[in-house]
Amino acid sequence: MAVIKITEQNFEEEVLNADVPVLVDFWAVWCGPCQMQGPIVDELAEEVSGVKFGKLNVDENMSLAQRYRVASIPTLLVFKDGRIAASAVGLQSKDGLKRLLGI
Amino acid sequence: MSEYDVIIVGNGPAGLSAALYTSRANLRTLVIGKDQGALAKADRIENYFGLAEPISGCELVENTKIQAKNLGADLVTDEIFHISWNQDFTLEGREGSYRAKAVLLATGTSRKKADIEGLSRLEGHGVSYCAICDAFFYRGRKVAVLGNEEYAVHELAQLLPVAGSAALLTDGKELKAKVPEGVQVITKKIRSVDGEEAVTGVTFADGERLPADGLFVALGSAGAVDLARKVGALTDGRSIQVDEAMATNVPGLFAAGDCTGGLLQISTAVGEGAKAAMSMIKYVRRDG
Ligand SMILES: Cc1cc2nc3c(=O)[nH]c(=O)nc-3n(C[C@H](O)[C@H](O)[C@H](O)COP(=O)(O)OP(=O)(O)OC[C@H]3O[C@@H](n4cnc5c(N)ncnc54)[C@H](O)[C@@H]3O)c2cc1C
Repeated sequence: MAVIKITEQNFEEEVLNADVPVLVDFWAVWCGPCQMQGPIVDELAEEVSGVKFGKLNVDENMSLAQRYRVASIPTLLVFKDGRIAASAVGLQSKDGLKRLLGI
Repeated sequence: MSEYDVIIVGNGPAGLSAALYTSRANLRTLVIGKDQGALAKADRIENYFGLAEPISGCELVENTKIQAKNLGADLVTDEIFHISWNQDFTLEGREGSYRAKAVLLATGTSRKKADIEGLSRLEGHGVSYCAICDAFFYRGRKVAVLGNEEYAVHELAQLLPVAGSAALLTDGKELKAKVPEGVQVITKKIRSVDGEEAVTGVTFADGERLPADGLFVALGSAGAVDLARKVGALTDGRSIQVDEAMATNVPGLFAAGDCTGGLLQISTAVGEGAKAAMSMIKYVRRDG
């Protein structure tokens, strides 16, 4: 499944109102480890179904970073029914992401 | 800035063993080490291959330094604080910056650990291990750095232009570096890092409190896991994750020796160094 670009505009529709779990990768261009997390998320998104994957640029969407108290990146949040179901801070392997999603 | 094909961070058995191979393969090789490493305290090595009589760890390392130099490697004394990747690698140290196509992390293990209540619980919610990565979130806010050496001062320098104020907390340790003017230094022992959902401050052993929104951990010198975290290499929190070719998940970044875990011995460090060197030679040649 394609990875969606999450923004302040589409956050509610794509994440909070989604009918499947959504994994959101909070990242920024200047963050070294985030450059490594991106491809891992892309790869997993290709492999699994029934989960939505999104990337949220904290520079462009600071209010969402603040709302979810993101203070270190990469941060990965899994949303289910509009709520945070799982979270991880720092670079995660593909297996780590799977564990986060409970798959 | 000095440019190399291969930079090896760590001048112990793993790093020097790799340097023997990469310099013999005519790769421009630099070995950076900050001190003697784990073997400085080993008086008698009896279980390494080829020693008719035991020799000291220092002697073993010093001999190999000469061997590496004779084969064409450059060796410098410096302490690396940061590594970043953008097609090639930039390393920042106390003495200068360096650039390379491939990097080997061979920094051994560090046994330092801060056992402060609240520290791991609040990781990612005010507790950070990378100033350059997370300074952005502390614009105009109060931050503190935990550490007492040059590495802590390096992290402070990343935060000062951004944060509203910054303090250095040594947690009872002696301050071993020069701190920029205007930075408050507190050498008292820390009892806890406070906050429910996010860091609100620090309480010292004597009960005094320091309000802070962020606490950046930079104890001792930057170890393998600290450097790995900054460049985006996967770790399990203690060791760097590598494949059979000693490659990490970051293209061009390899790791060998005690920093990859397993049997912490000279022979395994030397073997892993050799394997990593082969992979780096392949990587640099393929990359042109
Ligand atoms: C007291 C003692 C006795 C031992 N005896 C034996 C023995 O008899 N036989 C045996 O096989 N093994 C022995 N060991 C284990 C052995 O020393 C290690 O397994 C081996 O040294 C690991 O090699 P290494 O290259 O991975 O790391 P190290 O030897 O620890 O080398 C790491 C190097 O990295 C450098 N470094 C670290 N951080 C940075 C940084 N940020 N910037 C720049 N440089 C950095 C350090 O200066 C150091 O030189 C002993 C260890 C100890 C502590």
